[in-house]
Amino acid sequence: MAFDTVLAVSVLGVAAWTIVARDMFAAVVGFIAFGLLVALVWLRLAAPDVALTEAALGSGLTGGLLFGVSTRLGRAGTTMAGETSGALRLAAVLVCALIAAGLVALLPLLPEPAPTLATLAAANITTTGLQNPVTAVLMAYRAIDTLLEVVVLLLVLLGMWSLAPDHLWSGLPRRSGLSDPDGLLTFVAQLLVPVGILVGIHIFWIGSVTPGGEFQGATILAAMWILASVAGLVDAPATNRRWLRLLLVAGPAVFLAIGLAGFAIAGSFLAYPASYAKLLILTIEIPVTLSIAAMLALLVAGPPERESQR
Amino acid sequence: MRFALDALTIFAVAAGAFFFLAGTVGLLRFPDALSRVHALTKADNLGLGLIVVGLLFQTEGLLAALKLVAVWLLALLAGAAVTQLIARTAQAGGPRV
Repeated sequence: MAFDTVLAVSVLGVAAWTIVARDMFAAVVGFIAFGLLVALVWLRLAAPDVALTEAALGSGLTGGLLFGVSTRLGRAGTTMAGETSGALRLAAVLVCALIAAGLVALLPLLPEPAPTLATLAAANITTTGLQNPVTAVLMAYRAIDTLLEVVVLLLVLLGMWSLAPDHLWSGLPRRSGLSDPDGLLTFVAQLLVPVGILVGIHIFWIGSVTPGGEFQGATILAAMWILASVAGLVDAPATNRRWLRLLLVAGPAVFLAIGLAGFAIAGSFLAYPASYAKLLILTIEIPVTLSIAAMLALLVAGPPERESQR
Repeated sequence: MRFALDALTIFAVAAGAFFFLAGTVGLLRFPDALSRVHALTKADNLGLGLIVVGLLFQTEGLLAALKLVAVWLLALLAGAAVTQLIARTAQAGGPRV
């Protein structure tokens, strides 16, 4: 109880600090700390799957993206608060306060006990061949949501690529590698990347039994690529490479193909026959993990800004 | 036996928490970046190490214990590298923009 109170106060405190921070870099640091605290909140709510996703995607990868944004804006000479007018900021505060007040007002109206499908999910889990009910929801009961999430991520990447000027389309992202004469980052990347890839595959693989899964595993894989790229060990591929395009599309395409095959083998879209459901789910998950990892890494790499060599 | 293990855990975790507290006080109170980084590494390395040692007495099975040790080693590696980078940047006169 005492711990939960401290946690709740810390989350609110860090959130407030992030909002009022004048410095963009400081605000991003605050946002990452906020995400890690929220991950702890999810753990306290007995939702380790969500906690893992929040820590990896919500805090880590989004934090990395925001760092990139703050560096770019800093180079462009944009400050965070200077440009918005006072009236606009006041309006934003009012809208946020209204939404918060509305949510608080709705709280007492929620039915008690809360409606749940958890018993149904647990009762039918044997038909999916999985043991982690969260993965069963993501990959079987509500597989269509996961399919759409992957497609949305692909669209986000295409949208970001579209920010490139015409003549750089199919070029290379800005080189993120720091020249590191002492080789410290190079050393860390060489040591950590193999371990990280193993951890990423492990997190993905155990998803069928315990908390973990393709999004969390893919984020770790993407993070390892980002580390290697910051250390200058690898350069991002040009966006028109055939293998890259295939890698990006493989996950959604296999997902969709097996979903459509569901009409023939199990009677409806994204349905799996119980006898080999797990095999089908794995067949989807492996390319989806690789595609998500590539999408996340390329999102952090940014839009094409350099001419391709060929 | 159970009591002895619990006592060891409490002792080690309390010692770890003390190092974290000391490191945080140093981070807040020390005058410049280099000494603040110095204070922080004590929390990361010793504090986390002692907490991991404390939790080792509570693990069931070798795999869980190895995972805890791996967490500590990875934190050591990341902490040492980041500290070096921060210290070098501070010595070079602040971040390049």
